Amino acid sequence: MQNSRNDKWLAVLFYAFTIVFAALCLYPFLLVIASSFTEEATLLRNGYRLLPEAFSFNAYKAIFSTNTIPDAYLVTIFITVAGTALSLLVTSLAAYSLSGSRLRYAPQLALFFYFTMLFSGGMVSSYILTTRYLHLQDTIWVYILPAVLSPWNLFLMRNFFNDIPKELFESVKLDGAGELRILRSIVLPLSLPALATIGLFYALAYWSSWAPAMLYIENPKLYSLQYIIMQIIRNIDMAQNIAVSGTPSAVQAVPAYTVRLATAMVTVGPIIFLYPFLQRYFVGGLKVGAIKG
Amino acid sequence: MSRITNKHRGIREIVHNRSLYLLAVPAVLFSVVFSYLPMAGVAIAFQDFNPLAGLFGSEWVGLDNFRFFFRGSDWLIITFHTVFFNLMFIITGTALALALAVMLTELGRNAVVRTVQSVMILPNFISWPIIGLFSVTFFTADTGAINQFLHAAGLAPIDFYTEPGVWPPILVLVNLWKTAGFGAIVYMAAIVGIDRELYEAARIAGAPRFQCIFRITLPLLKSTIVMLFLLSLGNIFGGNLEMIYSLVGDNSFLFGSTDTIDTYVFRALRTSGSLGMTQAIALYQSVVGFLLVVTANKIAAKLDRESALF
Repeated sequence: MQNSRNDKWLAVLFYAFTIVFAALCLYPFLLVIASSFTEEATLLRNGYRLLPEAFSFNAYKAIFSTNTIPDAYLVTIFITVAGTALSLLVTSLAAYSLSGSRLRYAPQLALFFYFTMLFSGGMVSSYILTTRYLHLQDTIWVYILPAVLSPWNLFLMRNFFNDIPKELFESVKLDGAGELRILRSIVLPLSLPALATIGLFYALAYWSSWAPAMLYIENPKLYSLQYIIMQIIRNIDMAQNIAVSGTPSAVQAVPAYTVRLATAMVTVGPIIFLYPFLQRYFVGGLKVGAIKG
Repeated sequence: MSRITNKHRGIREIVHNRSLYLLAVPAVLFSVVFSYLPMAGVAIAFQDFNPLAGLFGSEWVGLDNFRFFFRGSDWLIITFHTVFFNLMFIITGTALALALAVMLTELGRNAVVRTVQSVMILPNFISWPIIGLFSVTFFTADTGAINQFLHAAGLAPIDFYTEPGVWPPILVLVNLWKTAGFGAIVYMAAIVGIDRELYEAARIAGAPRFQCIFRITLPLLKSTIVMLFLLSLGNIFGGNLEMIYSLVGDNSFLFGSTDTIDTYVFRALRTSGSLGMTQAIALYQSVVGFLLVVTANKIAAKLDRESALF
C-alpha cells in the first residue's frame, strides 16, 4: 500500500519533470513565432512576448518585398536537393561495394574512409585547396562538393546493406545480372528506409550550411539562408536591408527586428513541415546506428 | 615466392570483381580530393606560407610557427575552454538524457509520453544559426525575455553581451536544450532491450519503482553509458565551432570565457596574416584529437568488442 502510494508520487514527479522539459524545448519556438507576428513598434516597446499586444504581418510582407530571401531560398533548395541526390548516389554505390564482405580489399577500403573521420588536414589547407587550386570560391558548388561524402553515413548505409540476405542477389547474379543492376533492382528497393534516413541526414546538413558562404562567397546572390541568418543575428542594418531596397524615404517604416524573426521562421518552416518524417526515420536510423555502433 | 603469388591473387581478385570495385571509385575520389589532399596541407604549418608562392614556393621555417604559438598563453586558454566545454557538455548531456529516458520508459506508452517525446527531439533538428537568433530574443539587453523576467521580479538586468562570466553556463544550458532530448532516445532504446521478466519479478517481490530504477535499470545500462561516455571523451578536443560562433560570434567582450581552438582558428583564418601559424594550431588540434579518438576506441574495444567503432 505504502509502495503504491510512493509509486504514484514518483509518476507525478516524472510527469512534471518531462513535461516541463518538453515545454522548455517548445518555448523558444513559440516566443519567436509570436514575436515575428508582432508589430515592430510594439516589439521594441514591450520586448519579446508570447502574447503580442498588436499583431502584424508586416515582417513577412517585408522579407518578400526584396529579392534577398527569395534568392537565398532558391540557393538553399538547390544545395539541398542537388547535394542530397549526389551524396546518396556516391554513398550508396560505395556502401554497396563495401557491403557483405565480398571484396578481398574491403577492410582496407573501409579503413581508407574511416581514417578521414579520425584526422583532418584542418580549415587552413581546405581553404587554400578550395580557393587556390579548385577555384570553387564564389560558385554554388562550394556548398556541395566538399560535403558530398560523409564517412559516417557511408558506414551506416553499409550496415543496412549487410542486413540484406546474400542469397537474394546471388540468385540474380547467376542469371547474369551486373552489379549495377542488382543494386538498382534489388538492393535499393529493399533499402528505402535506409535511403530515407541517410537522405534526411544529408539534407539537414545541406539545409544548415553557412560556413562555406562566410569563407568563400562574395556574390550576395549566392548566399544561403543560414548565412543570412548568421549575418542578421548581430547586424540589424542587414535585416533592414532585406526589407527595403535602398529607398531612404521608406526607412522609417521598415521593420528590422521582426524581419529577423520572420527570416528565422521561413528558414525552419520546411523542417517543421517535414518533422513527422524526420522523427520516424531519424529515430529509426539512430537506433540502428546505436545498436550496430 | 608465396608473397608473389599472394600479390598475384590480389590483382586477379580486383580484376575479377572490377565492377564492384568501380562502384567505390567516386567516393574514393571525393575522399582523396576533399580529405586527403588537405592532409598534405599540414606542411603549411612548417612554412612561412605565402599564398602567392603556394605550397611548393613558400619558405620552410621548421618549428617556428609552433614555437610562437606555444610561447604565448593563448594556446593554454583555448585548449582549456575546448576541453572544459566538451567535458561539461558530455557530463550534463549524459545525465539529463539518462534521466529523461528512465522517466519516460517508467511512465509507459501513452499520449502524454508520446507528445513529450516528439517535442523534446525537435531542437535537435534546428541549425545553430537559428538557435543563435533564438538566443537573441532571450539575452538582448532590454527587450530580451530573461531581462523582462528579471525586471518583473524586481531584479537587476544582466547585460549578457558584455558579460563573459554568464556564458559558460549559457552554453551548457543551450547544448542541453538542443541535444538532451535526442540523446534520451538512444538510452530509451537500450532500456527497452532489458528483460521485462526482471521487472516482473521485482514487482511480485514488492519492490517500489525507484528501487527498480536503481537496482535494475541503471546497473544494466552501465555498459552502454560507459561506452558512449568513453567514445565521446575521444572527441573532447573536437570543436564546437558552429555552436559557439552562432551564439557568440566575433564579440570580443566574450572571448575571455568562450574562445575555443576552433573559433580561434576560424577567426585567424579570416583576419590574421599568417596562414602558417593558423595551420600550426589546427595541426596541434588534429594530432591530439587523433590520439584521443584512437585511445578511446582502443579502450572501448578492450571493454567490449561489439561496441568499438571499427
